[in-house]
Amino acid sequence: MRTLATPLNAKRQKWVESLAGVGFSTPAFILLLLTNLAPLVALALLSVTNYELGAIDFSFIGLKNLNTAMSDPVIRRSLTNTFLYVAIVVPGGVLLSLLVAILVHRRTRTRGFYEVIYFLPVTSTLIAMATMWQFLLHPNLGPINAFLKYAGVGEVAFLSDPRLVIPTLAAIGIWQLIGFNMVLFLAGLSAIPRELYEAADVDGASNPIDRFFRVTWPLLGPTTMFVIVTTFITAFKVFDTIAVMTRGGPMGSSEVLLYAVYLEGFQYFHLSYAATLTLIFLAFTLAFSIAQTFILDRRVHY
Amino acid sequence: MSQLDQIAPVVRTITPLSFRLRRLTSLALVHTVLMAGAVFMLLPFVFMVVSSIKPPGEIFEATFRLWPRNFYGLQNFESALTTAPLLRFLLNGLIVCGGILVVQLLVAIPCAYALAKLQFPGRPLLFALVLLGLCIPVQVPSLPLYIAFAQLGILNTYLSLMLPFFLSVFAIFLFRQFFKSYPDEIIHAARLDGVSEFEIVWRIVVPSAWPAIAAFSIFSIVAHWNDLYWPLIVVSDTKLATPPLGMMYFADSEIGSNYGALSAGAVIITAPLVIAFLIARRRFIAGITMTGIK
Repeated sequence: MRTLATPLNAKRQKWVESLAGVGFSTPAFILLLLTNLAPLVALALLSVTNYELGAIDFSFIGLKNLNTAMSDPVIRRSLTNTFLYVAIVVPGGVLLSLLVAILVHRRTRTRGFYEVIYFLPVTSTLIAMATMWQFLLHPNLGPINAFLKYAGVGEVAFLSDPRLVIPTLAAIGIWQLIGFNMVLFLAGLSAIPRELYEAADVDGASNPIDRFFRVTWPLLGPTTMFVIVTTFITAFKVFDTIAVMTRGGPMGSSEVLLYAVYLEGFQYFHLSYAATLTLIFLAFTLAFSIAQTFILDRRVHY
Repeated sequence: MSQLDQIAPVVRTITPLSFRLRRLTSLALVHTVLMAGAVFMLLPFVFMVVSSIKPPGEIFEATFRLWPRNFYGLQNFESALTTAPLLRFLLNGLIVCGGILVVQLLVAIPCAYALAKLQFPGRPLLFALVLLGLCIPVQVPSLPLYIAFAQLGILNTYLSLMLPFFLSVFAIFLFRQFFKSYPDEIIHAARLDGVSEFEIVWRIVVPSAWPAIAAFSIFSIVAHWNDLYWPLIVVSDTKLATPPLGMMYFADSEIGSNYGALSAGAVIITAPLVIAFLIARRRFIAGITMTGIK
């Protein structure tokens, strides 16, 4: 039986809604507080003290940690290496996946085949695949060097030459995320109406390069922006391949920021110093995470 | 250039053969580029699979050959499985990913519904906090959480592997977007029929949100199955290792120099998700398209 909504009912409904709303969101709110917001506050406090694990008293040291970090050669190296890694992975991972997406998009019978191949690294455990890359790139035993020697290039020390280690890791980083970006670009490409290409054709832009710059590139703008932002965040968080393949070596040439945080915090237990490094890490990713959240908020429509 | 473009359609109609030839060349070029990329993508997979069935002596021969002369698969998989508890790692991965996902859904769905459809005090603040949470990478709270877990004495437990991820702000965000488009009329009608808010969420709204739930589930499982950072921090007991951590232990152990067994181990660790992906390719790709972040 349906009843007409009376003022009394409306009041009751309002009360039920408030109660349900608070009840439904309380578990999430408590968990958000405990696992996200409180740690953030703790991190900020930790970074301005000299707290060590198990210590009973500790004192305020201000920005001493930040000053130490800024003059710490390991941290400076880690930052430079991270920037170099990002500088290779972002353009490489975005442009190559765009190329693959454009080429795959037009395929009808072979599209699924290519999609599977390019997407495979996204689902496979990076640690296992990193171990395989390490074998493949082995200086005197690996098949890649065997091929290079056969081709007359000679032996290349991909992971033990300080100048090559970051580019090599970046290539693996690109390998891992091409498929992911390709899927995002494919979704963007399918959203471009066919008529626009036909119109461009009529306007005389019939060769693929003209079509790309007149139609595809401008209309893909929002997707490209989103892909750049997520790629940047992923690249800045590089950790797995370094933990397995190089451990920061040779001679610190592949130390990156998150790996430094891990070592200081969870290997050497320099907690307050690691807290400062974490905040530095946060500062660099924050602008991009905010951009990502902003785009997500506008992008996700159903 | 523009002159050429103008005469191009005319040329096409006059000589269809040269046009077809041009099309064929461009098609060949496209497939050459895509196949070259495909070789790069598949390289470690192919190497992993063939190494897992080769005897140790054949893996690093001067002349690389794809197929082994002597099939050594059984020995490699046997020594991989007997030296490291690989199946245990997979089971741990299943427990951790399953536990995380179930709690994430149970916590995020009602909260997302409340944010999308209910008027209650504190709603704008809560949503602002969710957006703030979205901007904090998961590695940031690790240090304080580690200290707290150490004080509570819960390091090296399944709980410690799962607890930091029980709340997914991303799930709340995604489901809220999805629920917002759910017709208000149906919810009003259900209320007038005396259906409780709890039942509205789980019986009426959730079934319609199945695509978003599937998309988020895939995202969550892939992320946590493959996560190394947090397990590496809280677990030192081999018995609790998740697949990536187990793989790392395995590679570091003595058998790590037995490349055949190590490759067999890598096959075992990667197989579950890769097989799931091959079976549900469309769902995976639709899920990534919908969620869009890692």
